[in-house]
Amino acid sequence: MTQLSGWGRYPRVEADIVRARSEADVAAAIEGGALIPRGNGRSYGDSAIGPKVLDMRGLDRMISFEDGVLVAEAGVLLSDIVQTFLPRGWFLPVTPGTRFVTLGGAIAADVHGKNHHLDGSFCDFVDWAEVMGPDGTVTRLAPGDDAFDWLRGGMGLTGIVLRAALRLRPVESGWIVQDSVAAKDLDAAIDGFEARLDAPYAVAWIDGLATGDQLGRSILLFGRHATPDDLSADRRARPFAIPRRRKLSVPVTLPGVALNRVTVGAFNAAYYARGAARAGRQIVDWDRYFYPLDAIGDWTRIYGPKGFLQFQCVLPLETSRDGLRAALTKIAASGQASFLSVLKRMGPQNGRFSFPFEGYTLALDFPVNDRSLALMHALDEITLAHGGRLYLAKDARMPAEVLAKADPRAADFASYRREAGLSAAFASAQSERLGL
Amino acid sequence: MARAIARAFAGAGHPVQLAARDPARLEADKADLETRFGVEVSLHEFDALDTDSHAAFVGGLPDLPDIAVCVVGYMGEQSENIADARAAARVLRSNLEGPASILERLAAAMSARGSGTLVGISSVAGDRGRASNYVYGAAKAGFTAYLSGLRNRLSAENVHVVTVLPGFVRTAMTEGMDLPERLTAEPEEVGAAIVQAVKKRRNIIYVRPIWRLVMAVIRNIPEPIFKKTKL
Repeated sequence: MTQLSGWGRYPRVEADIVRARSEADVAAAIEGGALIPRGNGRSYGDSAIGPKVLDMRGLDRMISFEDGVLVAEAGVLLSDIVQTFLPRGWFLPVTPGTRFVTLGGAIAADVHGKNHHLDGSFCDFVDWAEVMGPDGTVTRLAPGDDAFDWLRGGMGLTGIVLRAALRLRPVESGWIVQDSVAAKDLDAAIDGFEARLDAPYAVAWIDGLATGDQLGRSILLFGRHATPDDLSADRRARPFAIPRRRKLSVPVTLPGVALNRVTVGAFNAAYYARGAARAGRQIVDWDRYFYPLDAIGDWTRIYGPKGFLQFQCVLPLETSRDGLRAALTKIAASGQASFLSVLKRMGPQNGRFSFPFEGYTLALDFPVNDRSLALMHALDEITLAHGGRLYLAKDARMPAEVLAKADPRAADFASYRREAGLSAAFASAQSERLGL
Repeated sequence: MARAIARAFAGAGHPVQLAARDPARLEADKADLETRFGVEVSLHEFDALDTDSHAAFVGGLPDLPDIAVCVVGYMGEQSENIADARAAARVLRSNLEGPASILERLAAAMSARGSGTLVGISSVAGDRGRASNYVYGAAKAGFTAYLSGLRNRLSAENVHVVTVLPGFVRTAMTEGMDLPERLTAEPEEVGAAIVQAVKKRRNIIYVRPIWRLVMAVIRNIPEPIFKKTKL
């Protein structure tokens, strides 16, 4: 038995971890009772922990690459896909804010990226997935199949992805043309997004501690893949070569008090001022643009020994302004420090149990403590009152009633699991907590 | 571990020949190396314990490799290895007799050609016999000595021999063991270390440098004290 947690290091459970290195290992593990598959452990809460966990990282072979479609085993990391195919002119069609996630995990959480408003989520680029069910049989599922619809966003609770086919995106360089725009408050931020719905990538860093006239002030970052014409001559000659970043790390877990209203408030004010001063066009490399935090190993240590929580909700377009204002007011008033706060416009809902739907998503980190938990409870209520829902891949603590009220699909998902005989075979700490 | 080593060499641009008892099981690895690195990969049937077949195996390869890495090992269960002579023989044969035999055939072919590098994966368990796994340790001690002798013999013939002592590695063999973090390497580290060692013509490498120190201490504990320890 090992102590195991998600990326937020909260909660921790005693887990029996089985490492799969072949399809036969997966089948043998399933026979031994309820388990949850786990990729690289980047879901924040308790999605990939439980009494029995199947570590899928040993199944990490790429099988083929033809006409832009990569067939690979579930344990292949998105970072490996970028490393292998970007030099050949292909990039991930959708990427979350870290590239250290597995293909299987990306499908299970149906992750989204900065292009959700135009392109949808990860599974919109999955041509098929081969999935092992409770009896060890392997089925190839494709979009349009009922079981595929439950697989995407199903958090590994409907079967174990063994292999999948992912359509990559052709790109002409490893560089991104980024336009940054300072938005002085929440309305300006939302107007900014709505004015640039055609931008391939769009995301905003939002100051979670600003109040009054400055509530919701943000730095909006729009991006598109650079073409050779965007690049200087030396970069054009080697369009996929980017400077190596120095890997930073947080060598020790900081004490829980290191982040407080004053330190984070100062950081946020400085970050906003710098963003506003530098507004305009810049050419940045893919690593810096998509994965700013990947360069800092173990960055979660800054949140102290108890770990941290992430709150991520999505609110419908109609209620986004009111709901976000209510949420930000609550957060700022609480004084709970959050400096990795992200606001993003999302496109329409595609999956049957996937997180995204059309509107705005807000994501914030908080160190684990009683005040944060109380604040998140208040944010749950604001989310419910505005017709929003929460992201399971980030969640570590939402009460089952909140999920039931926020997302009527949860009950359908649970009954699908029961009827298909999946509940007894696949279970995580999260599925138990939420009654999925 | 073999997969990580193959990837490290393929990543450095080398074409790869993979040999195992059931080559059909390596199809996915062949596809992986080809897809990731665009190198040529071929599969070959090879049984480390069938020593009679080794000369024919080497003769039958389409190309004699520049570098051959022997990643053959079997630990068994110490309690069983003590109780059952046949279990012990299997450990000795898998870690010493088989690997020594195939490396000797490859050595003959490489010295006839006048070039080549042989890499043997031995173990720190062979540096000193310990109560908890001395059957495996004895086999690896024998293999380490074999590699040393082979290196000595071939040094005049432009064939180099690298002895690799990986320390703890997170693989199927150590599945379920509670291993100290700082002493435990990922298979990828082993692969990278071997590619470097071959390039620099190193003789004996510990994958994590700390093992050199750990084993120096363990080797130098006087026997009257050592025999009373529980390591």
